[in-house]
Amino acid sequence: MESAEIIAHIPRLRRYARALAGDSQRADDLVQDTLERALVKFYLWRRGSDLRAWLFTIMHNVFINQLKARRELALDEAVEHGLQSPPQSDPFELRDLDAALRQLPAEQREVLLLVGLEQLSYAEVSKALSIPVGTVMSRLSRGRERLRTVMSGAATVTSLKAVK
Amino acid sequence: MSNLSETDLHAYVDGQLDDARRVQVEAHLAHDAAATERVHLWRAQNEALRAIYNAVLNEPVPQRLVAARPSRGRWPQYALAAGVVGLAFGLGWMSHAYRSDRFAEAMALPRRAAVAYAVYAPEVRHPVEVGAEQQDHLVKWLSKRLGNELKVPLLTQQGFDLVGGRLLPDTKGPGAQLMYQDKKGQRITLYVSLRSAEPRDTAFRFSQEGEVAVFYWIDGKLGYALSGEMDRASLLAVASVVYRQLNP
Repeated sequence: MESAEIIAHIPRLRRYARALAGDSQRADDLVQDTLERALVKFYLWRRGSDLRAWLFTIMHNVFINQLKARRELALDEAVEHGLQSPPQSDPFELRDLDAALRQLPAEQREVLLLVGLEQLSYAEVSKALSIPVGTVMSRLSRGRERLRTVMSGAATVTSLKAVK
Repeated sequence: MSNLSETDLHAYVDGQLDDARRVQVEAHLAHDAAATERVHLWRAQNEALRAIYNAVLNEPVPQRLVAARPSRGRWPQYALAAGVVGLAFGLGWMSHAYRSDRFAEAMALPRRAAVAYAVYAPEVRHPVEVGAEQQDHLVKWLSKRLGNELKVPLLTQQGFDLVGGRLLPDTKGPGAQLMYQDKKGQRITLYVSLRSAEPRDTAFRFSQEGEVAVFYWIDGKLGYALSGEMDRASLLAVASVVYRQLNP
């Protein structure tokens, strides 16, 4: 690895990836792809700007691409027989909150985790995900409400309060 | 304060208000029980997230992450590597084929197995012709074509599930390939080849064919080769199980 600066961020990237992706194997794959991509693009990073936020941006892009690929693969599987279903999370990780997070749409999960777990500012999240701050706030609001309903065992979410 | 917005509440919970605004929000919360309840709930969510995932920070970082190299992504690189292996074999094949129609026969079992692995293991859409959910049909069909009873090893204890199988052209006619996959998407194949020469047995042998490791042996009229893009020891662990199941 070329950059000790990037290495220093690995533990926190792993923490975020674990919460985002669920099982540890998939999470570390996500981190590895992110690091490999980051090292290719390292010259694009502006010294003095926040390296961690930049790494989150790359991870977001990798994550979205993986989701797309998995959706396409899942479609293929449904249409043409043959492949196994994607790997399931380890049972010991299926704690209530972890399981509840899986029930959130990926876009809400990302915002909720970047704010609540990684403690990024709303502006940093906006930049990392390339969305307006207003969208950050509405996803955060819906994510928190959704997490609450899932955790409280409500089967159906009838009325979600959204912030414009 | 009457103009308290939901955004203010979120920002309060997340510590993203300046001092002046924070004091205003606290003043409001003193007489708004509903807002206070939400603040407590969201704060508890944040704390719970950190409580369950902070443990990851103290885990040793896997070596593969520390050793990460610049890449455009693992999948394309993997596919490219397999493609290069396949191309190299293919060129070797073509340059010899016109000189000797017996070249294919001379091409050793592990090499043929590695070529078949390099061609089909990276397949996303069509890794097999018949999937594992039709295992009975798969076994009957391939056994019939090979003229020998085909046994399908069970490798779930080794972490590999059957994906399915396909018929292949081999030196003496039909050959077969069974494919397995683990939870990480890592694939291995068992190549089954029909021999026309006098039946004989050979012990377990190993061959490294480019990126592909192969363990192979001959059991009577059938040659077997287990191939995978993994280190020798890991493949050996699986190969010995396959061997034991096929030679009980």
